[in-house]
Amino acid sequence: MSSTKTAPLLEIRNVSKFFGSVIALQDVSCFVRAGEVTCLLGDNGAGKSTLIKVLSGVHKASEGEYLFDGERQSFDSPREALEMGIATVYQDLAMIPLMSVWRNFFLGSEPTKGWGPFKQFDSKLAKETTKDEMAKMGIDIRDPDQTVGTLSGGERQSVAIARAVHFGAKVLILDEPTAALGVKQAGVVLKYILQAKSKGIGVIFITHNPQHAYPVGDHFVILRRGQVYGDFSKEEIPLEQLVQMMAGGADLEVLKHELEEAAQEGGADAEVYAETADEIQSELVDMGETSEEQGES
Amino acid sequence: MVSEAESPPSAAPPDADERVRKVSLLSRLLARPEFGAGLGAVLVWIFFAVIAYDNNFASWATFAAIMNRAAPLGILAVAVALLMIGGEFDLSIGSILGFAGMTIMVLVFPEANGGFGWGIWPAILAALVLALAIGAFNGALVVATKLPSFIITLATLFIFRGLTIALTRMLTNRTQLGDLDEASGFGLADTLFASEIHFMGATFRVSILWWFGMAALATWILLRSRQGNWIFGTGGDANAARNVGVPVNRVKIALFMGTAFAAFLVATIQAVQFTGSDTLRGFGLEFQAIIAVVVGGTLLTGGFGSAIGASFGALIFAMVQQGIIITGVDGDWFQVFVGVVLVIAVIFNNFVRQKASQR
Repeated sequence: MSSTKTAPLLEIRNVSKFFGSVIALQDVSCFVRAGEVTCLLGDNGAGKSTLIKVLSGVHKASEGEYLFDGERQSFDSPREALEMGIATVYQDLAMIPLMSVWRNFFLGSEPTKGWGPFKQFDSKLAKETTKDEMAKMGIDIRDPDQTVGTLSGGERQSVAIARAVHFGAKVLILDEPTAALGVKQAGVVLKYILQAKSKGIGVIFITHNPQHAYPVGDHFVILRRGQVYGDFSKEEIPLEQLVQMMAGGADLEVLKHELEEAAQEGGADAEVYAETADEIQSELVDMGETSEEQGES
Repeated sequence: MVSEAESPPSAAPPDADERVRKVSLLSRLLARPEFGAGLGAVLVWIFFAVIAYDNNFASWATFAAIMNRAAPLGILAVAVALLMIGGEFDLSIGSILGFAGMTIMVLVFPEANGGFGWGIWPAILAALVLALAIGAFNGALVVATKLPSFIITLATLFIFRGLTIALTRMLTNRTQLGDLDEASGFGLADTLFASEIHFMGATFRVSILWWFGMAALATWILLRSRQGNWIFGTGGDANAARNVGVPVNRVKIALFMGTAFAAFLVATIQAVQFTGSDTLRGFGLEFQAIIAVVVGGTLLTGGFGSAIGASFGALIFAMVQQGIIITGVDGDWFQVFVGVVLVIAVIFNNFVRQKASQR
């Protein structure tokens, strides 16, 4: 990668979000450049969902700046963000299962022909465009008339991504697109993330799975307890270290101690506790070794 | 001989996809929401044609009677189908029907007897405006409170039935008003809403044309317009639809105005046809309309269905009614038949839909 980077396409600076006394996000900063993939990683409760909602225009940040193309923005609704080219694909809210692929693809942005009261939904154009656009993304759709309910989870996410790209998204925010998918299906979705990236779209990829994030990401932001725990470019961090940061080596240590104490106290499950503690111990050793190796190389 | 008759595989069109099976016409028909109801209508007709053979069920005159009976319910069912595809219920249409009918009657009724002495057309226009306002009120209340429309329209069912009874009695001291044919402008209204068409020896009412017109319009909206796509999206998953920019609230309010319009239309047709109305008109029609829609293959949970199916549902309802009358079975048994037909139809529809989705 060149050393002279372009300016970020979308950036948030020191964003905080409060819900009453609850601090959901504090001082979070991240950015994405055109043609790059920024991965937001975090375990459950890390603040990923809140951050997505701030990015996609559902929530307004309580503090901090939201910059798009270098200009400050404040969105009142996701629709406003969408009109600027910031498209969000939600994990399970992306598609309507009972509707056909082409009806889903154009839902809310239907092409029309004719005029006045005879203006109608141009279904022929919609079907052809759907098939073409999917083909451009490398998705070979069988029959645009089939309902989305008959597609696999990976295919649904792919249709949603293809739709966002077709409607001119400049930034694509993907909310756990691979979470509920099998290995192969997740691979398919990752491929479309790279396709979108190669079209010059800035992709924000939210996930809790570093194995999925690492192959496609250019930049990794790790969230924990509503704060940025780490912010690395790909050259700065090997996969193993990313995994370890995600899993939280310190947390595992605490868990191991708790289990060992429980095992010593005895009881019916003592053996299970002891075994689990051993497993965690060996995992911690593995992590330590691999990250050291990476550090040496 | 066989090898010559069969075309070689290479003759397939170049863009054919090997993963798409040629699905037979039958299974493509099965996937359509109205197919189950269409087949059901044929089966019910055959059933009565055999049972009531001696009573001439299978005759042109009986067919006309069935169609005349189905038309008002069909008009309502078509509008209710759109609403239910959009994911909402309207239990208040029977009350709106009664309210609209009595609005026309009270406005036309002589001033001396507590009415307003209007001509029939201003009265019909006023009833239309009021019905649409009630529909918009239903929709706005559902959208604003986010409560189930079942509850909201159950409330407006009572409110508008009560208002109809109370206001009519307060103004005219009656519960039934007649003599609409004495109002100025009745001739044109009679031609438009209540004329009879004699066709091949049987008498059909013009309301059948209103029904077909509504069904055609609703089908065009559903399948050919942007708004139709919005209706499917709103009923399929309102949140997902909102996320891609569908004006979900506007769609819902418009659909409630649609059912209110259908109630107004039936109220006008019946008031003109019977030259009068009473405060209880339309009572229970909301349930008949929902039955027709569900029998017609529309999902109770929204997002799937058709106006044609709802029309077949109304037709089945009318056939059962007519069949029971014509066979001389005690009319008391009618509701039992309706309930049984409803259960069978829903089970049959589910079966057909599952078959269709498995392909």
